[in-house]
Amino acid sequence: METPTTDGKSAHDVHGGLPIPRRAANRAVPRAEILRDWYRQMLLMREFEIRCMQAYQDKKIGGFCHVYIGQEAVATGCVAALKPQDPLVTAYRDHGHALARGMTARACMAEMFGRVDGCAKGKGGSMHMFDRKNNLFGGHGIVGAQTPLGAGLAFATKYEDEVINNGKSSRVTLCFLGDGALNQGAFHEALNLAGLMNLPVIFVVENNGYSMGTSIHRGTTQSHDLSSKALGYGIDSAVIDGMNLLEVYHGMKDVVDKCRRESRPAFVDMRCYRYKGHSMSDPRKYRTRDEEAIWEQGDPIGTFEKFIVDQGAITQDQIKALNKDVKQEVRDAVEFADNSPVPPLSDLYHDVYREPWGPYTGTSEPRMYGGALNPPTFRATREGDGLI
Amino acid sequence: MSATQELEFRDAIRDAMSEEMRRDKRVMLIGEEVAEYNGAYKVSRGMLDEFGPKRVIDTPISESGFAGMAIGAAMLGLRPVVEFMSWSFSLVAADPILNNAPKMLFMSGGQFGCPIVFRGNDGAGGQLGSTHSWCVEGLFSNVPGIKIVIPSTPADAKALMKTAIRDDDPVFFMESERLLGMKGEVPVGDDVLLKFGQACVRRPGTDCTIASWGRPVHFCMEAAQELAKEGISCEVLDLRTIRPLDIGAIERSVRKTSNLVIVDQSWSFGSPGSEVAAQIHRRCFDDLDNHVHRVHTEDVPAPYAFNLEQEYLPNTRKICEAVRSATYNA
Ligand SMILES: Cc1ncc(C[n+]2csc(CCOP(=O)(O)OP(=O)(O)O)c2C)c(N)n1
Ligand SMILES: [Mg+2]
Repeated sequence: METPTTDGKSAHDVHGGLPIPRRAANRAVPRAEILRDWYRQMLLMREFEIRCMQAYQDKKIGGFCHVYIGQEAVATGCVAALKPQDPLVTAYRDHGHALARGMTARACMAEMFGRVDGCAKGKGGSMHMFDRKNNLFGGHGIVGAQTPLGAGLAFATKYEDEVINNGKSSRVTLCFLGDGALNQGAFHEALNLAGLMNLPVIFVVENNGYSMGTSIHRGTTQSHDLSSKALGYGIDSAVIDGMNLLEVYHGMKDVVDKCRRESRPAFVDMRCYRYKGHSMSDPRKYRTRDEEAIWEQGDPIGTFEKFIVDQGAITQDQIKALNKDVKQEVRDAVEFADNSPVPPLSDLYHDVYREPWGPYTGTSEPRMYGGALNPPTFRATREGDGLI
Repeated sequence: MSATQELEFRDAIRDAMSEEMRRDKRVMLIGEEVAEYNGAYKVSRGMLDEFGPKRVIDTPISESGFAGMAIGAAMLGLRPVVEFMSWSFSLVAADPILNNAPKMLFMSGGQFGCPIVFRGNDGAGGQLGSTHSWCVEGLFSNVPGIKIVIPSTPADAKALMKTAIRDDDPVFFMESERLLGMKGEVPVGDDVLLKFGQACVRRPGTDCTIASWGRPVHFCMEAAQELAKEGISCEVLDLRTIRPLDIGAIERSVRKTSNLVIVDQSWSFGSPGSEVAAQIHRRCFDDLDNHVHRVHTEDVPAPYAFNLEQEYLPNTRKICEAVRSATYNA
């Protein structure tokens, strides 16, 4: 069998891309404790998705469900390169990002189950994970929809730092998109705006080679060199091996630090592979089982596990314990989700509008304000209120 | 009665497209995953094999681009069928489909028409959440220059699709993903077409008219059956097209039953349902025993949770309640 490759030299190279620079070899290896944390993070994502697939078969989860299996190194490494206050926004394949950002497996699973304890009270679902506390500004179901939002989040952090607080732009926004989203108009408009306005936003293309059944070269021009997309908008880019956590971390650290320092947008072609179908109903006729097997040899978790073992950063006992631990955490999340109540029907009418006068009643009559003749006075927003 | 064959809803649409493509080389199909994947919902199954990649064309995820491109092609005389994987995704193509297609003929003083069909999955019901559950007829029926077709049976779907492709104006054809697997008898033959703007009586009755279109027609039939047990006889009308709207058929039925319940799965505010109600109040003012009742999707964004979505949609229970109320049986 061939060895997996992400740099265009194999028959099973699905990206057909230019070679990927290697960065990790020349860098200091993070502390063992950090390495173990990252390893656990990836295990958690994998286990979470496996249980999601089961729960979907059991009809506990409805709608569309897009799992992240194979791409764990990307969210883990990218989030590791961020600060907690940096906004993050992504597409619908969002469970991994939510967990990486610090959402609990319980809140994420309960959302998948459509229960009140979900991160969005069961209203958003698999494709729409939001977590304000952890600066996760959504999974977004419409391909490309999050890209202008990413530019807008960066606009706001910069505006707050520079205009409201008279300081220096200090935060970066990470905006994830799939390779398929490269072909949406919104993406191109967002890039132009980000370039034009010097917005500190990083567009990370999780280039897994396919958008549903369309391989990247069938849907995107210049797919061998995606930096050409950014070039036209005056935006710097990087190619990173998304199957290798250390490469992701070091590559992203450079990009994030530069973006923060210079307050300029960046673009990343993150080469990766999704091991499962696009969603739960995809027979994967557009690729061979052989191709999948080869990519599975380059499993980001296996690769990283081998690395940290070789480094002496983890023992076999610790590996066993972490695996067990993660299984327990996800089992608990499933149980929690299963026991969480379904939302009360009255929840339909909440969160449609802000409710300073009482709940919306599902009509556009003034009685939507609870029938109050004189709305209670409420404070107008003013300077100094802070943004979020 | 001509011969029929049993077909799934999705295959009825496919057969209509294929027959029209055999008949007229100007007809082609374009959209995401329509060719090699056989359609995200398998509506175009087998079409690539028959017609080849020059006439069954896969696109990138670029709705605005390919919808606009197809409109340009239609101006020059092709007759494209454009698949939106879901009508929810047509919103990123709002400008071409609402600002170009329906206005070209008018703006050019009759010089350039736009013989194009946009089609795809429409409506909620699969727990897809707020972004993927649009009933776009609520929005788009407001726009003159568009024809809107929303079939409820495989036979209608086939005949109306053929009419849509032969029509010289832009037609928005809306399919419920929930109905695609439904089977039904479909007349065999290349030339079975249905004129737009012809409602059909799905069930005759005397006490109350229930008017609907698309998937909720089936809920109306269930409700009518339920209500028959209570001694309330309902006449179920399937409008089949929203533009043109067969208001005459509703009027005739209401003159007989004196009551009308409209079941519309889009939001109530400024909807096809509110338009029908307004017109019937004017035309049948003296015939009505009660004001027109309407059952819509709840006036909130589509929720994900199963129980919330069930409550959100028009359903048999709500239709029964509306009919009882309209007929003073509440
Ligand atoms: C505007 C729009 N068009 C179509 C879709 C349907 N759709 C959902 S995901 C998808 C493929 C996207 O692929 P990619 O961006 O590569 O992300 P991946 O699934 O590989 O993570 C498509 C066509 C959508 N959600 N939004
Ligand atoms: Mg992809």
